[in-house]
Amino acid sequence: MKRWFAKLFCLLLLAVALPLAAQDLSSYEKQVSVKTLPNGLTVVLWRRPEAPVFSFFTMVDAGSAQDPRDETGLAHMMEHMAFKGTPDIGTTDYAAEKPALEKVEQTYAAYEAERIKRTGQDPQKLAQLKQAWQDAIAAADKYVVKNQFGEVVESHGGVGMNAFTNYDETAYMYSMPSNEIELWAALESDRMLHPVMREFYKERSVVMEERRMRTDSSPTGRLFEQFLGTAFMANPYHRPTIGYASDLQSFSATDAASFFHRYYVPSNMVIGLVGDLDPGKVFPIIERYFGQLPTAAKPVELFTDEPPQNSVRQVTLQDPSQPIYVEGYHRPSYLAPDDVVYDAISDILSNGRTSRLYRSLVRDKKIAAAAAGVTGFPGVKYGHLFAFYAVPLPGHSNEEMQKAFREEIEKLKAQDVTDEELQMFKTRTKADLIRGLASNEGLAEQLAIYQMRYGDWRELFRYLDRVDKVTKADIRRVSNTVFVDTNRTIGVIQTQTASGPPGAPASKGGE
Amino acid sequence: MRTIQSRFALFSVVLLAAAICPAQLTPWNKIQAPPLPAFTPQQPTRVQLPNGMVIFLQPDHELPLIEATARIRGGSISEPANKTGLVDLYGETWRTGGTKTRTGDQMDDFLEARAAKIETDGETDSTSISLDCLKGDFDAVFEMFLDLLRNPEFRADKLELAQDQMYTGIARRNDRVGSIVRRETRIIAYGKDNPYARVAEFTTVAAVTRQDLLNWHQQYVHPNNIIFGITGDFDPKAMQAKLEQAFGSWPKGPEAKQPDVKFTEPKPGTYFIRKTDVNQSTIAMLDLGIERSNPDYYAVTVMNEIFGGGFSSRLFSNIRSKLGLAYSVGGGVGYAWDHPGLTNIQMQTKSASTVEGIQALDKEIDDLQKNAATPEELKRAKDTILNSFVFQFDTPEKVLHEKMAYEFYHYPLDFLERYRAEVEKVTADDVTRVARKYVHKDRLAVLVLGNDSEFSTPLSSLGPVQNVDIAIPPPPAGLMGPGGE
Repeated sequence: MKRWFAKLFCLLLLAVALPLAAQDLSSYEKQVSVKTLPNGLTVVLWRRPEAPVFSFFTMVDAGSAQDPRDETGLAHMMEHMAFKGTPDIGTTDYAAEKPALEKVEQTYAAYEAERIKRTGQDPQKLAQLKQAWQDAIAAADKYVVKNQFGEVVESHGGVGMNAFTNYDETAYMYSMPSNEIELWAALESDRMLHPVMREFYKERSVVMEERRMRTDSSPTGRLFEQFLGTAFMANPYHRPTIGYASDLQSFSATDAASFFHRYYVPSNMVIGLVGDLDPGKVFPIIERYFGQLPTAAKPVELFTDEPPQNSVRQVTLQDPSQPIYVEGYHRPSYLAPDDVVYDAISDILSNGRTSRLYRSLVRDKKIAAAAAGVTGFPGVKYGHLFAFYAVPLPGHSNEEMQKAFREEIEKLKAQDVTDEELQMFKTRTKADLIRGLASNEGLAEQLAIYQMRYGDWRELFRYLDRVDKVTKADIRRVSNTVFVDTNRTIGVIQTQTASGPPGAPASKGGE
Repeated sequence: MRTIQSRFALFSVVLLAAAICPAQLTPWNKIQAPPLPAFTPQQPTRVQLPNGMVIFLQPDHELPLIEATARIRGGSISEPANKTGLVDLYGETWRTGGTKTRTGDQMDDFLEARAAKIETDGETDSTSISLDCLKGDFDAVFEMFLDLLRNPEFRADKLELAQDQMYTGIARRNDRVGSIVRRETRIIAYGKDNPYARVAEFTTVAAVTRQDLLNWHQQYVHPNNIIFGITGDFDPKAMQAKLEQAFGSWPKGPEAKQPDVKFTEPKPGTYFIRKTDVNQSTIAMLDLGIERSNPDYYAVTVMNEIFGGGFSSRLFSNIRSKLGLAYSVGGGVGYAWDHPGLTNIQMQTKSASTVEGIQALDKEIDDLQKNAATPEELKRAKDTILNSFVFQFDTPEKVLHEKMAYEFYHYPLDFLERYRAEVEKVTADDVTRVARKYVHKDRLAVLVLGNDSEFSTPLSSLGPVQNVDIAIPPPPAGLMGPGGE
């Protein structure tokens, strides 16, 4: 809910941050049980009895890339609605509330039909229809028990309750004391079975506020929306996860319900569970509650492959804020055989004070406060970007960033990385994987993601075998293929002061 | 092309599906949770060396890792005002500047080859040095840690690098709404010269010299000012012997003195920061809060839970869910370990509804005065705190960090257990009493940041407005790279 955008940046780091030797796998396999229910839902459970608590991570394999064409933001909106309760939670009288909610949809449809008329719109009729819709909302609101879902979770000791939507997936998580596992199963299955679209249009306003905060009123938010819209033309990564304002002001609860029914099906979901849980006791509970979800085929993936770029693209944001430099290069999806090579490049360029970009742009040239090259932007499921970014020091220009990146890229293409650099990547990846095992929350997330993306959670560990095989020649080969002029999109913030063109936003107390 | 009719049909399907109720399942509100298994978290061993250094050892054999932190008394509240930023620069340059025999860059090469970290940091009331490594590398990494602790060099080139980084932060500090609000709320609540609110400027950062960093280290880094905590896969007896060997012969130094900071209430009224490139206002209602040692602390945490914490609080339910006015809303009476916390009731709403947002918060504060807790709210808030209590100590590392904080701030080491017992005793009357004692609408300083050309009602309709100038004082000539600012 709060995290979708933060998540986007976390995903940038995903490939870097993940990642023990496969020979240790057998010791971990004993702690992990996997079950796929007859309806297709897969649950991966890691027993970690250190303390009487557990964490879960429900992952739905649908994100904003699945938003219908004129309904951007719908996947994220659905995520918000999953906190609004069910027929049993969040209502004083569902039998009466149900028709009242139907009325809200009828009146909204009538209002929308008039509102979007290109010609012949009748202002008086529009006002009446709007009033009828508002009246219907007020009538339905009478049955609402505010935030009962959250209240039940929190008053039973749930912590860290949240969710996020990114381009690739939607996910839900919290942690609870381990004696509450049955309550958790009841609550989580219930909202994945029949979420009720109550307070939808109020929540839509909440999401509009989220957009204002993360995108409209943030310099980097403004830049990234423009940058992705330029780097991608055909692939859904060109649209914002939060949604365009006009879509956020038009889609309906019916649209969200339709999205839910298409994508929130058991075969399209994986749950990661980690903590003090005995699989012999927990799986029967899960079967009982989650077994109710109706069987449905995994939705067919329809998406457009981004065509080759074949052109240099640039977006320049005239903005009252200080300069930022970004450049991105198209690369194939996470399933590409070279996926791990991009991870190696990113690590060698960006990880820590020994990284090439830190030493070059920050330490030696002294032109940037921070510089990095990251993969997995803005998602991984489809062809995406390897992106470089730099924060110039005061008095240094975006052009200097560009030139410095070009030099570092040419070096990667012309010369092998050193044995030490390659070894650091391999050692760090292993150590980071071990460190990641310390947290129930983090582990639940990794298990769910790997099970979903590779069909087997063990890939979390097998990844290390792929890491071990990366060679210096791989890094040069991939760099020469991907880091080419016609595969590049540049995005910059160019500082515009109060004396800028008339009508442009002026900065007062901002520069 | 969209067809609204067909979409409506889809919604009926939803409701139909929703109407199918499971037959044999226990409804959520009838589920009886078994008692939580007895759980006694492992307590760290506390050792105090003859030179005054306090050591906590918390073994944890789950993973082959070791982490350690030394927290040292003395932080930015003790730095001179005309060198604000000194402790930040110290915290950065301590590590990057290396030791007498190793440069920071050489340390980087050594550590990164082992996926290990040694880091240093500067905070308001302390500085710290920490390590994080695979257990097989511990001896080598610890040797380097000790070298940096005892023989730092603060090389001048790394001080310059850290200063450049701070200049960047200063030049960019008005770009993001969040960074402006974090800074200005503290300035308004504590006062601009209060050490908890002071802001580094180009001139104060430029005034810091390498000698200042060396002097700071000499003044504060002594064993009697240090609390050292270590957790991970080690044998506690052998580790204790190793630490005693490493630290035992280090002589005592002068005690770090806490500065005597004066706190005065903020001046009530409306403060406005104009930002023309936003379409959403931030509203923050501010006052001084309390210290955790205050006997009202327990009732205050319950009140905060009811008022502004979590999904079912009044602010979230009424301003977000019911009115749809905000994505981000929350807050309550602030608390800190050894000085008044920052009371901050905050929301963000579209420019047009700025005044409406202030009025909505005002109404919630009025309601809090009249009726601070219904029996249901009291139960929910206490259940929320008490049932999630296990998450305060569900990892050995959390327990270690709790104990180190109690030691640092001279709190009883069983403060957490006391906290649970005291929260259990909180009554509705207690909540009402603390609401009336610590939340006063007429004493709040209300900060609004926004784009007033889009406000539907002017702020002045609520009373006099004081404009806050956040312009950044320019750097002295010649301070920064080619072209300057």
